[in-house]
Parts: sequence; C-alpha cells; structure tokens
Amino acid sequence: MVDVTNDDIGESIRLKLWEMMLKLRLVEKKAYDLFLQNLIKGTSHLALGQEAIAGAFGVALQEGDYTFCTYRGHAHTLARGSSIEGVLGELMGRQCGLMKGKGGSMHLTDVQKGVMGSYAIIGAHLTIANGTALASKYNKTKEVSVCFFGDGTTNIGAFHEALNMAKIWDLPIVFVCENNLYMEYTAISEVTAVEHPAADRASAYSLDKIIVDGNDADEMFRTAQTAIKKARDGYGPSLIEAKTYRHSGHSRADPGKYRPDEEVKDWLENRDPIKNYRQKLIDFNIDEKTISEIENKIQQEVEDATEVSKNSPIPEIKEIYTDVWADGGYKWHN
Amino acid sequence: MAQLTYRESVSLAIAQAMRKDPKVFFIGEDVGAAGGVFKATVGLLDEFGKERVMDAPISEQAILGAAMGAAMTGLRPIAEIMFSDFLAVCWDIIANQIAKTRYMSDGQINIPLVIRTANGGGSKFGAQHSQSLENWSMMIPGLKVVAPSCSSDVLGLMDASVKDPDPVIFYEHKSLYSSKEELEDTNLSIPLGQANILHEGVDITVIGLALMAQRSKKAAEILKEKHNIKVKVIDLRTLVPLDLQTIKRSINETGLAMTVEENPRLCGWGAEISSLITEQCFSNLKGPVTRITTPHVPLPSADILEDNTIPSVDLIVNEVIKKVKGE
Repeated sequence: MVDVTNDDIGESIRLKLWEMMLKLRLVEKKAYDLFLQNLIKGTSHLALGQEAIAGAFGVALQEGDYTFCTYRGHAHTLARGSSIEGVLGELMGRQCGLMKGKGGSMHLTDVQKGVMGSYAIIGAHLTIANGTALASKYNKTKEVSVCFFGDGTTNIGAFHEALNMAKIWDLPIVFVCENNLYMEYTAISEVTAVEHPAADRASAYSLDKIIVDGNDADEMFRTAQTAIKKARDGYGPSLIEAKTYRHSGHSRADPGKYRPDEEVKDWLENRDPIKNYRQKLIDFNIDEKTISEIENKIQQEVEDATEVSKNSPIPEIKEIYTDVWADGGYKWHN
Repeated sequence: MAQLTYRESVSLAIAQAMRKDPKVFFIGEDVGAAGGVFKATVGLLDEFGKERVMDAPISEQAILGAAMGAAMTGLRPIAEIMFSDFLAVCWDIIANQIAKTRYMSDGQINIPLVIRTANGGGSKFGAQHSQSLENWSMMIPGLKVVAPSCSSDVLGLMDASVKDPDPVIFYEHKSLYSSKEELEDTNLSIPLGQANILHEGVDITVIGLALMAQRSKKAAEILKEKHNIKVKVIDLRTLVPLDLQTIKRSINETGLAMTVEENPRLCGWGAEISSLITEQCFSNLKGPVTRITTPHVPLPSADILEDNTIPSVDLIVNEVIKKVKGE
C-alpha cells in the first residue's frame, strides 16, 4: 500500500504521467497491428513495457531540451510531444510522416520538439548527445541533453568514450540506460563482466551509481527530475540505469522465445508499468471516471491519427533526390 | 608580401575563421597546448583560450560525435583527426551519422562542420600513418571532400569549408606542410568545386590532387623544358563537389587524359574521373584514359620501398612521354 500522505508528485503530474504512458503503449500496440496488416514495412523495435522511462522524462523535460534515442525510439519521440500521425505516418512511409518516409522507424527525428534523432548504430548517439550538451555550455544556455540507450550499448567503445568526455567537461547531459535484461537475443548478464551493466561502470567515470526501477513511473520521474536539475544547474552529467523489460521480442522478426516463460509471465503480470500505475492512481484516490476518460481520449487520438496516416499520400518519387545537401539537392559535380 | 608555409597557413586559416565567427570552435587531440603533432595549430590556444580550442582525449568517436552534435545546434566546429588513417576508428560517426543525418531527417538537420586530417605518404611512417584516403569519403553521399595542394588553397578552401552548411572532410598533405608560397593577401576564399590550372598545355591533360598535383606540375615543367611536351595540369582541389566542366573543357582540347593518384588502384578517385571522361568526352579522346596510382599494396616504410610505391615526378614524366608518343 502506498503512502498517500507524503505525496511529492501530486495529482496533476501523476495524471500527465498516466496519459503519457498510455499514449506510448497504445501507439506501440497500433504499430504492431499495422505491421500485421502489412501497412508498415521494414523492421520495427517496440518499447512495449518500457513506457515509464521515456514517459517520465517526457513529463520532466522542458521545451528546448534535447533528446536522443535508439532505433527503439517511437516512445521517446512521442514523449517529447511529436504527433502520433507523424510517427505512425513515418512507419507507414507516408507524406505525413515526421521525415516524409526518408528515415523510417529507426530514425524518427523532430527537431521542433527537441527530438534530435533516433540512432540505429549502437553507441553513436551518446557521443553526439555530448555535442548538443557542449553547445549549451559553449553558448551559456540552459538546455539539458538526454540520451536513452539499451543495456547492450554498455559494451561498445563509444559508451565509454562518451561518458569520459561528458565528465571531463562537466556537460549538461543525462545518460539513461534502459536495462531490459537482453541485448538483442542474448541475456546481457551472459556477456557483461559486471552485474549492473551501466551503473557498475559509473565509478570509472567519477559518476554516481544510480539504479532505479524503470517500471515505476513515480520513481522514474523523481530520478529524472533530479538528474535534469543537476545538469541544468551546471553540475554535470548523470548516468541512470533503469531496470525494465520489453514485452515483445527485439524486433518484428523476433518472437522472443529465448526468455523463460516464468520470467516473461512475472514481468507482464506483476510488473507492467501501466497496469501497476493504474492501481496506484486509485490508491491515490483518483476516481475511476477520470482515469477512464483519459484512456478513452488517448484511444480516440490513436484511432484518429491512424486514419490520418492511412489516408496520407505516399511520398513522391522525386523525394529520392532531395536534401542530401543544405541546398536541398544531391548534385556532386557541375 | 609574406612567405607562408602550408603548415602556417593551416593555423592562420583556422584563426581567421574563428576571428570572423564566434560559432567556430576547434577540437582535437594535442591541438591546443602542444600545437598539434605537425605543429599546424600553434598559437590557437593562446589567442582563443580553452573554451574555443579544446584538447580532447584519444577518443575519435567522441570527438567527432561532439562536433556533430554541436553542429546540429548551429555551431561550426572544426575537428581534427590527427592522421587520416584514424578515420577508420570513427568511420561510423562519419559515414553513418554525419553524412546521412540531413537526408534521413528530411532536411531538418544541417551539419556544418569541418574534419581536418593529416593525409598522405612521404614520411616513412608505414602503412597505418601514411594513407591517402580521399576516396573513402568521396564514395559516401553527404560528405564534401577537400584536399589543398598549397598555402593559398589551404587558406581559401578552409574559409569556404567553414562557411559551408554541409560536412567537409579537409585532407591536409603531410609532405606539403613545409612547402612555402609567397602571398600578398592571406584573407582568401575559394569556392568548393573549382579546380585550379597549375600548368598550361595542349598535348595532354594530367589531373592530380594535393601532393600529386604538385608533382604533376613539376613533371609538366620538365616535359616542357626537356621534351617539348605541353601538359595541362589540373589540380582538382575538391573531389566533392567536382569541377567536371573544367576537366571536360581541357580533355576536349587535348584529347588525352591521365590521372595521378596517391591511393592504391582499386576504386581510387581516378576511376570515377576516368569513367566520367569516357562517358562524356569519348568522341574527342585520342586514346584511353591512363591512371597512375600506387600499386594495390599497403604502403611500406623503408625509404626505397615507400619512394618507389608513391608516384614520383620521374614516373609521371615517363608515363606522359609514352602516352603522347602513343606507346
């Protein structure tokens, strides 16, 4: 039973977290459905089950802050306020997509919302996120950069290069490792020298060891707020390891059969961030009607955006030849 | 009137860019306090301070990642990769991230950055510190490729590269660092994509880049003086964008073409030039395009081995004579 007398988060934030997580969940489910209908091609990496992490940061961040995420980035993009049709449209390769079909599922980008890209080569974006943070320091402005990545990233060189650089220059950045226990198909514990793949490396870069339950939206929100404030106030980088679990496989092609049935069952039934948060709202005396109204609203938004995306035209073929260069074209000789 | 080495022109070019635009900063390994391993960045730290001249750890991915991220916000970083061979260590950041992000984002993001790097052989450093790698970056859509052959071109092309809204890989040739040029004015700007005629002639067109352009010029002087062969030497200066029109005009006059490359033969930049000439100037050609390259080997270290691997002035002279005489 939760302690409702000492509520540091409050109803307003809590309802924002609820709405945010629901949106991330329902859009991902819709993406899955659209795959089954063959309306989305290519690949897709769903973040079902990991909504509390992107959701909490989405609520905690300010306009103008920068976020970087991985190819599993639909949720992180939506969490910054990007439109649902922008995301689903991109997955479907339609003109209403965030990049009009030029990038696809793994590269969602929405600079207006601070979504500085989704990166599909493990580790690269940690180094790039340092760059936006460096720019804030150089310009003496107050944006914070946040970089999300998976547990598998902790074993690639760029992770270590980026953490060292962020620390030596005290950059305003928050690194968020979403440890969902599996790199792709292999358990992270089988291929990593330490128990906590991110947090146990923190001391090598003079960073605090921070481990958080990534499926508890309240705890995630508190942790996000603290790290963001630290960065914004000029006290440098943080590395957060959030424990979580993906409900589906690594990608569209993966049924996730390498995971023990008991483990999957436990995480889905007992540790689902959304199921548990709904109960928490009730514990905090938020009435059922308020909760279900939000559910209905989001459900309707997702359905409407799906229709917009389905009806959006496919890109024109001439788009192939645009935007290699800043002049809008692709010519390389006179 | 000042006599300026290629090395001095690098630091002056960076300094001039930083004086003109507060958005320009410089990052690399041993570039500040040490002034660079080739002493091509001496004095920058003193003039601009640590905030704009940043000594980075040996972390090539982190250096270029940071430069890219900063460029995404509108800053104009100049990043140094000490030897072009080390581009291989951070090739993901260059080829996958810096080159493709503008396109993948449907033009939402510009990446105005310059990656400077010491390129090429002649120093007997062996196979991992001597390569000529312009063709690596030439084949990636989204990268501009610059390789100056003299002090004035360093100044003029650096000015244009820093102002360019797209990413530029700026290859400085190690064997040219001590070369000198008399300059009346150092405040130069040379548009990217404009080749330079280093020597006039009507018998054959020789196309080179960086050190090979300078060696081709020397060969042309010898050929004129001793063999009465008039060679037109084109210094491409930039591979992307490429000044194809200057190449075509010259081939249509001379009817003979030769490229001189410092890289191994397979997929060197001369292969693309040769293909373009064949496609677009075929009816005016008197014979096939000749490519001079290094053999398809890693670069060896010992004096005699390296000297006989990289195309020399003598080799260019001999190949031109054979070509013009139709041998």
